[in-house]
Amino acid sequence: MKLATKDLLRLATIGSVDDGKSTLIGRLLVDTRQLFDDQLDAVVAASEKRGVGDLDLSFVTDGLRAEREQGITIDVAYRYASTPSRKFIIADCPGHVQYTSNMATGASTADLALVVMDVAHGIKEQTRRHLCIAALLGVHSLIVCVNKMDKVDWSQSAFQREVDEVQSLSSELGFKSVTIIPVSALLGDNVVDPSKNTPWYEGPSVLSALETSDAGSWARTTRGARLPIQWVLRQSGGGRTYAGMIDGNAFHVGDAVTLLPANIETKIRAINSGSGERGEAGVGLSVDLDLDDETDAGRGDLIASAPLPTVTKELTATIIWFGDQPLVEGQRLRLKHTTKVTPVRVQAITGVMDIETLVIDESSTLTTNQIGLATLVTADPLVVDDYRDNRVTGSFVLIDVVTNATVAAGMVGRASFF
Amino acid sequence: MTTTPLRAPRTADHLDLLESHAIFILREVVAECERPVLLFSGGKDSAVLLHLALKAFAPQQLPFPVLHIDTGQNFPEVLRYRDEQAASLGVKLLVAKVQDSIDQGKVADPGPMGSRNRLQTVTLLDAINDNGFDAAFGGARRDEDKARAKERILSFRDGFGQWDPRRQRPELWQLYQGKVNPGEHLRAFPLSDWTELDIWQYIEREQMELPEIYFAHERDVLLRDDMWLAVGPFVEPRPGETVERRVVRFRTVGDANCTGAVDSPADTIAAIIEEIAIANVSERGATRADDRFSETAMEDRKREGYF
Ligand SMILES: Nc1nc2c(ncn2[C@@H]2O[C@H](COP(=O)(O)OP(=O)(O)OP(=O)(O)O)[C@@H](O)[C@H]2O)c(=O)[nH]1
Ligand SMILES: [Mg+2]
Repeated sequence: MKLATKDLLRLATIGSVDDGKSTLIGRLLVDTRQLFDDQLDAVVAASEKRGVGDLDLSFVTDGLRAEREQGITIDVAYRYASTPSRKFIIADCPGHVQYTSNMATGASTADLALVVMDVAHGIKEQTRRHLCIAALLGVHSLIVCVNKMDKVDWSQSAFQREVDEVQSLSSELGFKSVTIIPVSALLGDNVVDPSKNTPWYEGPSVLSALETSDAGSWARTTRGARLPIQWVLRQSGGGRTYAGMIDGNAFHVGDAVTLLPANIETKIRAINSGSGERGEAGVGLSVDLDLDDETDAGRGDLIASAPLPTVTKELTATIIWFGDQPLVEGQRLRLKHTTKVTPVRVQAITGVMDIETLVIDESSTLTTNQIGLATLVTADPLVVDDYRDNRVTGSFVLIDVVTNATVAAGMVGRASFF
Repeated sequence: MTTTPLRAPRTADHLDLLESHAIFILREVVAECERPVLLFSGGKDSAVLLHLALKAFAPQQLPFPVLHIDTGQNFPEVLRYRDEQAASLGVKLLVAKVQDSIDQGKVADPGPMGSRNRLQTVTLLDAINDNGFDAAFGGARRDEDKARAKERILSFRDGFGQWDPRRQRPELWQLYQGKVNPGEHLRAFPLSDWTELDIWQYIEREQMELPEIYFAHERDVLLRDDMWLAVGPFVEPRPGETVERRVVRFRTVGDANCTGAVDSPADTIAAIIEEIAIANVSERGATRADDRFSETAMEDRKREGYF
């Protein structure tokens, strides 16, 4: 059985706490028979034990003791599913504001966000924050579930009010594809099959929207091939090859490439991969490249084809700050970008986003879970693309120098709405 | 007749991408950590992991040793496979024995028939400590268990080897950052996104060897806690239990006294793939007594520093 990359969809659930994300994923997995008998039995037993009914669907993904005790999701659960049309990697993310960094973790590798909102409450602040983060992370497609329709007696006008609100916010944030569905995660309406309770709704169910949505957007770019060097392999004949995972466009044998930041031009002599030599290798493949010229390149350097990325020690970047203490100007941290780790200093913080209005306010600090703009200066040169051109060479994390904790997600440049 | 030209473009399939991602993780961790080690049980997942590790650094030798935590209650076929693989692949094999931890008085002896499953955490953490390992690769997959489904690819462990599921490091994109302070370490799970089916399809594609207990064979077994346990030095019939000879295979490999066999005629990889594709019971549900103690058995063990 051979599957092309487009047959895999990575999705993340987002939205505010208690709006029904885990229940929806549980419903989707149960109704498409993705659970083994023993797994379903265990969810039933846990529901009974905790006195939350016959079957608490959120327990399918809320697997930690504390999550079941408190009835909330704390960290991302990854689940794997497949239907005849495609495979899915599902990241069920937490909604609580305290766990925003975990939501960002789940969304950072997603092609699509499955947004869940409570029809009675509309778009809450945390829903807006999640949508902003998803937009910044470059998720282009949304499936928005207007949930708990059972609680408003399947009211079309209640649904329509949310449709208008969602459409205006998602166009402001620049999402390319938005499907809005009235559902009851609890009862299963419009999750797998169309519901009789919503005769006025003619769109797809959640499952069919997932099966037909655009996949692979994560990796799509037209701006050059990139190979951040991870490791130098010494070949038996005495030569060296450069190992790493490809991003952006494909490399071909014979391609003219540039080694950066040294700016050495050379050609690709051979491409080796886990299953032998190749003439061509594209995004997501781990390879090692044999180059025409001997160089002293190493880990942290980058092999690129035109158009070339920028070599710089100063970045203008969008930052999502996760640290417990505020980020302040002059602060020193470590930065990891592709395969390079370098000391970094915050030169200036130039703005913070007001989640309610999407307006950039002036600020010289960023507090926990705030999104802002900053200028950073690094000790060593970085080889970067704008995040919107390349998610790999455009992204970085900031690391606390004492605890080694990851304290921020960074994206080179700024989004158009930001 | 046509032959495939060597340099024909070939699109990447699902297994290529899983393989590539795992290789990427292996290289990142080795580059960022001082002293990695690979935990090798002789089971199918750790066999795939070792296979990938060799690919990641070929033609160089594996830049780290492999470590087996020997509970003393293993299937002999698995121990033989472990030693043969280490020798033929040319990797450095370290063995840490639970029996030594018992002899040193660090853990109580549960007796010849008692389970040593939980004790191996102590042996594992001591081996990590004594050797100064700062990263340990494991073959765990997120589809195995609800607590594993929550774990990061690089999972931080404190000075006591504990996993704190409430305070995991954010793990954005594929920026795996593995820096730890002395005494702390990482567990790295390159197979996180693989499913049981992916593992078998990869084993088939790569024509890998596995211990023979994965394939259908005749064996004396007895029924205990709804599972067929292999009768042998670690499992003897208790009053009321009867020994039967059945055609079985093992879906996972663990200690002989807590790993159940399944009735199966599947004696080839292709037949196993067919069997798994339509299975109604999960891998651990079918075969692991150690997960049946409580609702959160795996989470509890992981918090203590288990694999
Ligand atoms: N009436 C009704 N209740 C629902 C529906 N979907 C979910 N719920 C209930 O809403 C509560 C919260 O559901 P969860 O699925 O845990 O919410 P969540 O979005 O995953 O929450 P976090 O992960 O903590 O952010 C539970 O009590 C569910 O039973 C629905 O369609 N109708
Ligand atoms: Mg949830």
